[in-house]
Amino acid sequence: MTRAAAPVGTGPAIDSEAKLEFVEFLLTSINAQESSRRAVDWLIAHTAATEAAVLVADGQSNQVLLVAEHGISAGAIIDFSLGRDATAHPLIEALSSPAPVYIEDLPIHQHGPLASRAFHAIPLRSDAKEPGQGLLLVAGAGPTLDPGAAWMGRTLGKQISRLLGRQLLAETRFGQERMLLYSIINAVTDPILLTDTEGKLIIANSHAEKLFAAPEEASEGWRRAAGLNNMLFSAALSTSAVGMTELARRELLLVDPLEGSDLLFELLSSRAKDERQGTYVVSILRNVTDLARAKEEIEESYRTLRVAQAEVRDERHRLDLIIDSVADPILVTDQEGDIVLMNTPAERLFNTPGIDDETALRRVRANGANLTSFVSNVLTRSGEQRYRGEIQLGDPVTGRPLPVEALAGTILSEQGELMWVVTILHDLTEAIEKARLYEQLKQASVELERKVTEATAELAEQNELLRRQHIALEQASALKSQFLANMSHEFRTPLNAILGYTHMLLNNVTGQVSDPQRKSLSRIDSNARHLLALINDILDITRIEAGRMPLNATTFGVGELFEEVQAELEPIIKRSNLAVTTKVRGSVPKLRTDRQKVKQIVLNLLSNALKFTPAGSVTMTASYDTRLKQVGIAVRDTGVGISPDDQAKVFEDFRQLDASPARGYGGTGLGLSICRRLSHILGGTIDLESTAGTGSTFTLRLPAKAKRR
Amino acid sequence: MSVGPAKRERPLVLVVEDYQDAREMYAAYLQFSGFDVAEASNGIEAVEKTTELQPDIVLMDLALPRMDGWEATRRLKGDSRTRHIPIVALTGHALAGHADGAREAGCDSFVTKPCLPDALVAEIRRLLDRPAPNEDNDASSAHPRATKRQN
Repeated sequence: MTRAAAPVGTGPAIDSEAKLEFVEFLLTSINAQESSRRAVDWLIAHTAATEAAVLVADGQSNQVLLVAEHGISAGAIIDFSLGRDATAHPLIEALSSPAPVYIEDLPIHQHGPLASRAFHAIPLRSDAKEPGQGLLLVAGAGPTLDPGAAWMGRTLGKQISRLLGRQLLAETRFGQERMLLYSIINAVTDPILLTDTEGKLIIANSHAEKLFAAPEEASEGWRRAAGLNNMLFSAALSTSAVGMTELARRELLLVDPLEGSDLLFELLSSRAKDERQGTYVVSILRNVTDLARAKEEIEESYRTLRVAQAEVRDERHRLDLIIDSVADPILVTDQEGDIVLMNTPAERLFNTPGIDDETALRRVRANGANLTSFVSNVLTRSGEQRYRGEIQLGDPVTGRPLPVEALAGTILSEQGELMWVVTILHDLTEAIEKARLYEQLKQASVELERKVTEATAELAEQNELLRRQHIALEQASALKSQFLANMSHEFRTPLNAILGYTHMLLNNVTGQVSDPQRKSLSRIDSNARHLLALINDILDITRIEAGRMPLNATTFGVGELFEEVQAELEPIIKRSNLAVTTKVRGSVPKLRTDRQKVKQIVLNLLSNALKFTPAGSVTMTASYDTRLKQVGIAVRDTGVGISPDDQAKVFEDFRQLDASPARGYGGTGLGLSICRRLSHILGGTIDLESTAGTGSTFTLRLPAKAKRR
Repeated sequence: MSVGPAKRERPLVLVVEDYQDAREMYAAYLQFSGFDVAEASNGIEAVEKTTELQPDIVLMDLALPRMDGWEATRRLKGDSRTRHIPIVALTGHALAGHADGAREAGCDSFVTKPCLPDALVAEIRRLLDRPAPNEDNDASSAHPRATKRQN
């Protein structure tokens, strides 16, 4: 071991600026430890030194303490211990050395604070006469003392002796330990606090300070958050403070002063008893925010999963119900053609768990084979989405043939490869039966149509027959009319002669006839005239019925017609001794119709009235119905009248109510029948009102203007 | 142009009728009533006799053999020698068509059978009492008048 006063090097001058800056710092510093730390830093920064440390001799504890260092491990700091009484120790020797000492080879068992065993030890003191208060150790620059280090030794020595009293030294030593503790607790990432039992903060590591202490320059929000956190912490602590001796564990929600977000901590606190200072509480806060969040998230995911699972289960259940409720069998087969899913109706055909009947099993197998061949068809036609076919299946139990229509769809994976084939089978039995019925119906329809056609043909034939019969009848009718017309002509010719000769005889053309002869001739004459009247009436009827009564419409007044009729029947009226009057009620317009035929009707009605009225009067009245535009001509008598039973009969052909041969009234019995026919061809009617014994009223009603026929 | 006797004492009536009984009945009654009577029994004879005898009036049945009364009337009215002679048509058919046909053919008057001899005589007298139509007078302008039908 070499121990010698080290020569001071004359290396390059230390930047005086740096020195000045350091000296200015020393002037403001009142802390020996702080000054020492800065001195070490300065040496490392401005000299060739690689390691440096400051040792201070503590008078009270008689120990040399390490107050600042650089490049020394934490283990070395803890391990370092040196008593002032170890006088043989090179460092203790150096303490009282008048000049810096270069220790070349510090023995291993004599612990030094530096890793290096060769270093300079510079005593720290205010002037050379005093013993050193401490040592500045500098390593790494060789045996020659760096002038910077020498300057520092002097400068720091003055500073140390100025600041270092006994008290300070103790503090320095305590501070050394506290610094160590600080660095330890600061190294812990969890916030650590030492509080009193009320929660009042004594020591906090930097992570705790962030939460609970706001620096001067902190924002209002930060300060408030820190205050809030303090309150929350105190509250949490106080709830469990009483009687708490061992570790308590609870959750504490705090606010992140910088982020403003919630932070969840697990608070671990325990009491530490100190005889001098009383009871403290040590609290460690473990940030479980992320943990809680993760847990929540996991729980949420789990819940979601459960819900999704339930939904899937429900969905699946619903789907199963739906698929099972479909009456048509549904099957899903994979790309191998194996059945992966089928509904209940399908199971009846393709699955036989409950069947051990050999026949039924064979049928099920046959069904399966048929289906497989269908599905393999589908698989080979991979290009098509849908495939349709018919399969002949059989009911496994009854063996009844079951023709089905198979409708297959393919399900592809996202990569486009075929995953499954879904096949729906639809029972065609009904459809086939319907088709058969439809065919029957069609046949029946055709049959019906044929029958209708036949019937129509028959009907047409009958129509034709009827038409021919109608023509024949018309011809017959025309022939009849012609015959009657001819006959009446043929009747007239001899009648003409009969009447003519009778007339001549009665007029004595062929000489004087006797009275009895005259009487007989008169009978001949009257019978001949009656026969002629009959022939004329029959001819009239014939003509009307043959539709060969032409209408010759003229305009005339009813009044003049009345006069004319009266004049024509004047001899008969005179003979009858009846009061014949005519009336025109209200305003009756002129008639536009066949005057001759109206006159014939009125003549007939008046002559009938005269004929059947023994005493009293006959009144002819004309009136006009403005609503119906009808002219009414009523012929009223006070004669024998007609009983209700007979009233309908008087208009029949050859009808006189007294049908006895010795008729007292004359006439052919065709008059009213002709009147009614004539009134009809004029578009009118004839009505009768009568009471037997008191008289009758015949009313002819005609349209004022006859329609053209 | 042949002209009949200027004025006969008894007017000559040509009775054209195929039915002998009627023809003779009318002839007898006309003679009894103061007329001369000539007779014809068909249309051709009627035309010949009218042309030849120039009667004062012709009583013409319409239904006649060989040539019917309408045709005979047309011929007589179409011949200037006989046009002036009035013709009374006599028909058994009361059908309206007969009367129209008779008028169209040129008949001056129209009587429906059966017609009593005195009615016929009255009609003949009525026609003859008219102012004698002169030569130029167009007979077709004479208005025919239908007789009342007896009933």
